[in-house]
Amino acid sequence: MPTVLFTRALERFLPAPSTAVEGSTVGAALATVFASRPALRGYVLDDQGALRRHVAVYVNGRLVIDRTRLTDPVGPHDEIYVFQALSGG
Amino acid sequence: MANRLHVATRKGLFELAREYDIWEVTDVQFLGDPVSAVLADADGTVYAALDLGHFGAKLWRRDPVGAWQELAPPAFPSKPPDAGDDPHPWSLGKIWVIEPGGSAGRLWAATMPGGLFRSDDGGRSWSLNEALWHMPERRQWSGVAGGEQPGIASVLVDPRNPSDIRIGVSTAGVWASADGGVSWRNINRGMYAEYMPPERREEPIAQDVHRLARCAAYPEIVWCQHHNGVFRSEDAGATWHELTAIRPSKFGFAVAAHPRDPDTAWFVPAVKDERRIPVDGKVVVARTRDGGRSFEVLRKGLPQHHAYDLVWRHALAVDASGERLAFGSTSGGLWISEDGGDSWTMPEARLPPIAAVRFAAS
Repeated sequence: MPTVLFTRALERFLPAPSTAVEGSTVGAALATVFASRPALRGYVLDDQGALRRHVAVYVNGRLVIDRTRLTDPVGPHDEIYVFQALSGG
Repeated sequence: MANRLHVATRKGLFELAREYDIWEVTDVQFLGDPVSAVLADADGTVYAALDLGHFGAKLWRRDPVGAWQELAPPAFPSKPPDAGDDPHPWSLGKIWVIEPGGSAGRLWAATMPGGLFRSDDGGRSWSLNEALWHMPERRQWSGVAGGEQPGIASVLVDPRNPSDIRIGVSTAGVWASADGGVSWRNINRGMYAEYMPPERREEPIAQDVHRLARCAAYPEIVWCQHHNGVFRSEDAGATWHELTAIRPSKFGFAVAAHPRDPDTAWFVPAVKDERRIPVDGKVVVARTRDGGRSFEVLRKGLPQHHAYDLVWRHALAVDASGERLAFGSTSGGLWISEDGGDSWTMPEARLPPIAAVRFAAS
C-alpha cells in the first residue's frame, strides 16, 4: 500500500499522521485518508476537490502533474508527500 | 457599555477587556494565523474565521463557557459543467464577515468570491444562498484589490424583520432581499463610480460599496463608505445621496452607524487609492451628528505625526451604547474611545495588522 505523509505544519491545526492506505492514484489514496479524517480534506483540497493553490504534493519526490483531478498513478511502495508550497502563505 | 473587544489580526485573535478604566489584552488565540473575521454573538458565543495562507479558510467557535472548536467552514457545491465560463472560482476564498441572522442559531457568512452562506445551527452547518450565486448578474461582479475575487463586505439584517436583508458588495453595489434570500435585486440608485467610463458611471452594479452600516433603531437609515465618496440612504439602501461635507477626504473603507441616533455616524478617511494613507500622515475620525450635512474631524489621542495607518472595512466598530468605539489599522494601531469619538486612547499593545474589531454584546 502507498504511504501518505503530511507536513508537520498541519499538526498545529489537527492530527495528520502518516498512513498506509489503499489507492492506485494520488486522489484515491488521499480519499482513503480523508474518509477516516474528514476535517483534514479541507486543509489539502479546495471546494472542488483540487489541490489548494499553496499545497504541493510529491510522489517519491516528484511533483504531481494533475493538481485538479489527482490522477497521477501511485504504486504499492510509493510515498505521497503533502507539503506546503513555498509560494504564498 | 461593552467591556470586551475582539480584534482580528494578521497574526491572531486578541481579546481585550476593560478593567478599572483600562483596556488590556486578556486572551490571544490562533497566534500566528491570519484572522479574517470575528463575531461576538448576543448569547456570548464567539466565531472566528481564519484565512490560512496554505490551508484555506477555516471557521472556529467558542461557546460562552468552553474551549474553541473548529467547525466545518462554508463550502461551495460541485461546479456543474455548464458553469465553466464563470469568471469566479467555486471555492471559498475568505470569510469576510459573519453576522447574526436575527433568530436563534442563524448566521450569515459573507465571503470572497462573492458567496453568501447561511447557518441555522450556530455555524455547525452552512448552505450557499443559491439564488444569489446563480443569478446571471453575479458573473458581472468584479473584484476588489486589483481585479481579484468579488467580496460581500456587509450584511445588514433588518432588526424588525430578519427576512429583510441588504448586502454590500465590492464591487457590485447594494443587493436586497425581502424574502430571506429567496430572491435578490440590485437596488442602489444615486451612487457614481469615478473609476468607470462615463457611460457606466451610474450603473448600480458598478459601485464599489466598501462598507455599509445601518442605524439599529432606524433601520431605514444606512450609511455607505464607497470607493469614491460617502453616501447616506433614508430608504434602506435604495436611493442614496452623497455627503460632500466629509472631511478631510472622501476615500476610506470603514463606517459605523450610531445604534440609536439616525443622524450620527463615523468614518475614517484616507488619501484615495493611488496611495491609501491618512491625509498628511495624521490619523483622524470624521463624525457627523446632523445626518451628514457637516462633519467634525476628531483627532484627540490619535497620532498626528508621520502616521500611515489605514483602516480596513471591518476595523471600525461602535458598541450598543453609541459611546464606545474602537478602530484598528494596517499598522496594528488600535484606538478606543469612551466618549463617542471625542477622545481616543491606545491600549498597551503593538498588534499585528488589524482586519476587524468587534465589541462583545455586553
